[in-house]
Amino acid sequence: MKQIKKLLVDRDIELFIGQVLRTGVITACSIALVGGILYLAQQGAASVPDYAAFKGEGAEYTSFGGIFRGVASGSATEIIQLGVLVMLATPLLRIFFSGIAFAMERDKLYVMITTLVLGIILFSMFGGLKV
Amino acid sequence: MNILIFSLILLVSAYMAGLLGSLTGLGGGVILIPLLTLIFHVDIRYAIGAALLASIANSSGAATSYIKEGITNIRLGMFLEIATTTGAVTGALIAVFMPVNAIAILLGVVLIFSAAMTIRKKHEHLEQTGSKLSYLLKLNSSYPTATGEVNYKLKNVGGGFSIMLLAGVLSGLLGIGSGALKVLAMDGAMRIPFKVSTTTSNFMIGVTAAASAVVYLQRGYIEPGIAFPVVLGVLGGAFTGARLLTMMNPQTLRIIFSVAITFVAIEMIYNGFNHQF
Repeated sequence: MKQIKKLLVDRDIELFIGQVLRTGVITACSIALVGGILYLAQQGAASVPDYAAFKGEGAEYTSFGGIFRGVASGSATEIIQLGVLVMLATPLLRIFFSGIAFAMERDKLYVMITTLVLGIILFSMFGGLKV
Repeated sequence: MNILIFSLILLVSAYMAGLLGSLTGLGGGVILIPLLTLIFHVDIRYAIGAALLASIANSSGAATSYIKEGITNIRLGMFLEIATTTGAVTGALIAVFMPVNAIAILLGVVLIFSAAMTIRKKHEHLEQTGSKLSYLLKLNSSYPTATGEVNYKLKNVGGGFSIMLLAGVLSGLLGIGSGALKVLAMDGAMRIPFKVSTTTSNFMIGVTAAASAVVYLQRGYIEPGIAFPVVLGVLGGAFTGARLLTMMNPQTLRIIFSVAITFVAIEMIYNGFNHQF
């Protein structure tokens, strides 16, 4: 246990965090790539939607429920949005693991700072700020 | 134009944006938004959504190599993220009440500022005495160089924190990493060595962008048809750029590109005043 702890408080945890981030980015890109290829295969021949006019996306692209329902039914665009969600999650994972690293070093001040940053982002996610 | 051709052109353009952003140190987002709005005539809100995603991809993707070299000051990054995330959430909130043209003009101004920042002289200053707060927050650290570990200390933590708050607001409002402002805060105000400030800034960009991106996703700014070519392209370009950087010194490229981006910025401002967005 002591050894594991030492291993973790070392720079190893930082490298581990780096690996987590890279894996997250690669996963997100792979999902987006799969979704993108499907999207092009299904709709590639259609003409480009009018992106010059902002309509805003519907619930199928903007909520957990909508995106997961779309993925379950195999819809290409929702698979891309799932990749987007994984991409958004990578910095959150980084904060989370940094918090654990600080806790192992018994650095209370930085555990608090990390929690505060995580709190701000979670507030941004669930605080109903979308209006 | 059909979707297939549009996506492929966008992919190649995003790759170039990522490559240039990484070689010049400006970041992909700064180039992406003018590219999407001025050339592809995409609404600036979709452009902002895509650029935020690209910033996160770049920041998370590059973190491993910087951490490996031991240059990033993780405590400093985490402490300043309180300011940048608060700013980013505020920026995303203000964005709703800002006319689209005002956002375009502001982006133009920030682009010119960023361009000027990339070509300014960089000096590696090392402070021997830190401020009281820098000891209290354990921000003083060291980083490896060719001649061994070098210790550095921080000054003016409060001032740096305030600039970071502003950098966060701009990031949330415009969808860019605002790396130039972040470096200004660390390099200029807090007197951190240049190498440490750029890598720590990159380290923070992902978290800052995520704080506002979650709001933009819910607001419907992230369009899958634009998001996937942009993210894949920018990330690919950034990886190529990082490889090339180890082989060449892009100082000339930086100057040419800074001039180019200034013209783009003027066009953004001009169009903004003429209500072209």
